[in-house]
Amino acid sequence: MLTLFAATIVVFSISRLGRDPRLIYALPEGYGMTKERLDALGRKLGLDKPLVVQYFLWLGNALRGDFGNSLFADRPVTDILRQKAPATIQLGLASWIFATVVGLPLGILSAVRRGGILDYAGRGFALIGQATPPFWMGIMFIFFFAVYLRWLPSGTKGPPDASVVLQLKHFVLPTVVLGWGAAAGYVRLTRSAMLEVLDSEYVKLARAKGVSGQVVIWKHALRNALISPITYSALVMAGFLNGAVIAESVFAWPGIGRLATESVFENDFPTMTGTVLAFAALFAIMSFISDVLYVAIDPRIRYS
Amino acid sequence: MAVAYRSLGGAAARPLRSGFDFMRRWPVIPLVILVALVIAGVFAPLLAPLDFRDQDLALREAPPFFLEGGTADRILGADHVGRDLLSRLIFGARISLVVMTVSLVSGAVFGVAVGIFAGYYGGLLDEIVMRLVDVWFAIPFLLFALLVVIIFEPSLNVVIAMLALLSWSGFVRNVRVEVMVLKTTDYVANARIAGASTLWLVRKHFVPGVLNTVMVIASLRVGGLMLAEASLSFLGAGIPSPTPAWGVMIAEGRSYLDTSWWIATWPGTALLLVVMSMNFLGDWLRDRLDPRLRQV
Repeated sequence: MLTLFAATIVVFSISRLGRDPRLIYALPEGYGMTKERLDALGRKLGLDKPLVVQYFLWLGNALRGDFGNSLFADRPVTDILRQKAPATIQLGLASWIFATVVGLPLGILSAVRRGGILDYAGRGFALIGQATPPFWMGIMFIFFFAVYLRWLPSGTKGPPDASVVLQLKHFVLPTVVLGWGAAAGYVRLTRSAMLEVLDSEYVKLARAKGVSGQVVIWKHALRNALISPITYSALVMAGFLNGAVIAESVFAWPGIGRLATESVFENDFPTMTGTVLAFAALFAIMSFISDVLYVAIDPRIRYS
Repeated sequence: MAVAYRSLGGAAARPLRSGFDFMRRWPVIPLVILVALVIAGVFAPLLAPLDFRDQDLALREAPPFFLEGGTADRILGADHVGRDLLSRLIFGARISLVVMTVSLVSGAVFGVAVGIFAGYYGGLLDEIVMRLVDVWFAIPFLLFALLVVIIFEPSLNVVIAMLALLSWSGFVRNVRVEVMVLKTTDYVANARIAGASTLWLVRKHFVPGVLNTVMVIASLRVGGLMLAEASLSFLGAGIPSPTPAWGVMIAEGRSYLDTSWWIATWPGTALLLVVMSMNFLGDWLRDRLDPRLRQV
């Protein structure tokens, strides 16, 4: 809570350090705007008050769910957020599923078949995922799958009335681009946790007792190795927030990541602060879930 | 004991069997790539066949030499105004080196200072500092940096400052914990009884004590920093355009994908290789120097 509060202070003051927001409507020379009209506009936006007062006014409204009006679209920021959020959340969920479904099994397999082909494949997958700039991966995917092969659409979410198949096709590239880095994280984490557990005394004991290899791996080892990947999964969602900014601008995805970038370039400070607050709030919630999961899964950890 | 011996004796202790074995034990390929990067960066003006600003509209979007229509004049092809991509890549290596070194070193110095401060004094100060670090983690970095860069006009210095601001917080936590441990050791207590000042303790015990950790964290983080820099450039808030930063080159090549794929491909590949090598080297360093950091 305190964290969120401080984050809004930082963002609000920085966003107001910039150019005069009235310049959205009028060029520096005034351009037909008289001094009086500019002043009136300033009063309407609350720019005539000191920065601290402006902040607390904004905070008071924000607590009541009112982030002010977007300067550019002249609509309540809350409306815009509500309209754009589903696209980002859908993309985030899709990427999360992709990362989990690909990353977890690959991590387990590469630990179980240590030194084998699968291990090298898994580690290669992780190395590439962590080292490729996501936007470059996006560009290359567009070039290869959309421009060259013409298999998949190159961007946007598609028209709302499009068929389910086409809509799914629109999801493929952004999902992979956003999810690959996270999947790489899963592979590394699961692999090292699994290796550690497979090397532990109780697994050796189970093996010595004559428990079959498969049962040891899936029952004894996996259940304990999954602790850190599961807590990681909540943090993955938090990490997508930064990634969404990139993925959405590469693929012209109509979500809040792109909204945030655009509002920065348009100097639209209510939208900017609103989106950042939404981002920070999501981040805080995800970290909290991660902490709760950690305690819930691992009985050895108890918060006093 | 056996485990400890193995991880300490490590790569050098066991006898080598073959060249392949050597490659598996030491990070040969990543080192070769990074050395190449450093050489390219340091000797850029000598190595680059042309100046990175030389334009030639007759050669615009010229393909690399191995494709039909390629010329020896533009070995890796040319961009949309006919600048030599190879020369721009080489000068881009120099930019990357400067940006990474300056931002990482300043971020590390600041982060370590904060970590030692918090760990040494503890109590309320520690609490406040750690809260600030938490706040820092909760702010979506890309948006924050975008905002700041737009306000101050994009330039090399602003980008370096932003990356330093991104990197410092990663050092604080681990350094703090290490100092909290170091503080209670007998030799620090003895030094204090002998009349050592705080500054002396910091210089002689804390900084050397956390150095391994710092090096490992730095090497693990540098790849992410490079990606962050490139992402900023891509969003249009990085190093301004005539400077041949790799992220900028990728962003410029984006519009010419359907006609000339090579413009965005070379800098992207270079970035991928360098970041991969750094991550690899970071993992290796961590395993050698500080296996306790496995969770970082």
